[in-house]
Amino acid sequence: MLDKSMFKSPNLRLEHGLADGAGLPLVCPGCRREVSQEVFEQEFCQCARCGYTHKMSARQRIAMILDEGSFLELDAGLQSSDPLGFPSYREKLNQARTSSGEKEAVITGLGSIEGRRCAFFASEPGFMMGSMGAAVGEKLSRLFDRAAADRLSVVGFTISGGARVQEGIISLMQMAKVSGAVRRHSDAGLLYIAVLCDATTGGVAASFAMQADIILAEPGALIGFAGPRVIEQTTRQKLPEGFQRAEFQLEKGFVGKLCRRPEQKALLASLLAMHEVEPA
Amino acid sequence: MNAYQKVQLARSNLRPDANAYISQLIDGFIELHGDRRFADDAAVVAGLGYFEGQCVTVLALEKGVDTPERLRRNFGSAQPEGYRKTLWHMRQAQKFRRPILCLVDTAGAACGIGAEERGQGQAIAENLFEMMGLEVPVLSVIIGEGGSGGALALACANRVYMLENAIYSVLSPEGAASIIYKDADKVDEASEALKLSAQDMLRFGVIEGILQEGSQFELAADAIRNAFRKGLKQLQGLSGEQIRDQRYARFAKLGGNLR
Ligand SMILES: [Zn+2]
Repeated sequence: MLDKSMFKSPNLRLEHGLADGAGLPLVCPGCRREVSQEVFEQEFCQCARCGYTHKMSARQRIAMILDEGSFLELDAGLQSSDPLGFPSYREKLNQARTSSGEKEAVITGLGSIEGRRCAFFASEPGFMMGSMGAAVGEKLSRLFDRAAADRLSVVGFTISGGARVQEGIISLMQMAKVSGAVRRHSDAGLLYIAVLCDATTGGVAASFAMQADIILAEPGALIGFAGPRVIEQTTRQKLPEGFQRAEFQLEKGFVGKLCRRPEQKALLASLLAMHEVEPA
Repeated sequence: MNAYQKVQLARSNLRPDANAYISQLIDGFIELHGDRRFADDAAVVAGLGYFEGQCVTVLALEKGVDTPERLRRNFGSAQPEGYRKTLWHMRQAQKFRRPILCLVDTAGAACGIGAEERGQGQAIAENLFEMMGLEVPVLSVIIGEGGSGGALALACANRVYMLENAIYSVLSPEGAASIIYKDADKVDEASEALKLSAQDMLRFGVIEGILQEGSQFELAADAIRNAFRKGLKQLQGLSGEQIRDQRYARFAKLGGNLR
């Protein structure tokens, strides 16, 4: 079940701004429908009328997908330092920690989905847009290594602006490092399912997001290497409607299946069941 | 020389291109075109030849030397089919157990509607995934620009070296200026902050060595030759698995000293 207290994160506040459960209806930015806090939660933060998907924090994903009480977080304290001494990065990190309530841009751990054990990760969009620096790379690498050792499938929800610019080349190296861990997990004959969420771009799209055995995506999610604004500026072309959205990626052949939030848990459970392996 | 002047030097039209080094270092080079899926991308040069008598696969990002050639090669910015061409050659190298020598010179992967339609992210991701499993030696030299994921797609190597005036960066200084400083004119500050010189890379442990360019092309080519020779020698006698594990361990330690 979803825990009400998890819906107080600022990125979820709708128009009335009263996400503290004051009883007033919330207004969907997609279709102006008014909806109570309670119904909104039951709908997985996705509008039942227009399908508008609201940003979900990593903790909300965990509550939505994993069996209640099954989640064991790993490497919770791991956080990035400032390897380059990049101007104002430390302040940015502190801000992100305060506003998101998380130490880094990804949460990793072990849990179960309808009783099936797996390793799990979810990007935290409220932490510097889910960008990948050394801590994100290290947490993900350790998760895949742990999953390989324990012979577990990995299920991950990606949201990321890509490599974290403030960590410079160290961020770029995380693409290679996580790819190595994904590869070793894969070579052990184990399953990795990625669910690409809005938005998954840059160095994350160009590494672990696109390396899964099964790639799912949330409808409407922006998925691509270069961001749309950069492409428009570079090419001076107007981008076609729906460009780089999940539906576009499905049509182009890079996403296996679209899946709305209410159906995600059951779909993941079915896929895990089809890949059962002997426990370690 | 400030950081942005280094960037300009790394990008200079006067620097030797990848093809110049290939003809200097590789005997009997035979270029093989195409990715067998969509097209031949001229930003990537791939083929076979001999390095000091040993058959090798050569992969390079090639900017071109004059304007028509630079246009034809998209200034070394590869399309997805360029990376898929290298992927094909990597699998061939694995099959025939020959080392892979890479020369990197690119501002970054091609950016555009077509590149996205054909899966630029997926193409790079697949290269990284493939390279992390290769059981043959992979050696990379950044000869000019090492721009972002588009460069890394040819640099998941057992050994990575840089020419002394090359740069390696997660993002172009121009991109960093507009994203971080919200001001495209702040390229000096951005170049400084990104720490993208060969000296920075050596300090971070991102490269094994800096190759002195000297005053003429032949000296730089000699430096690359020595690096390739040394790298191949160091990996000689290792099993395929050991070569693969060494590469993985090399990257696993980068950024891992966290609490
Ligand atoms: Zn709506």
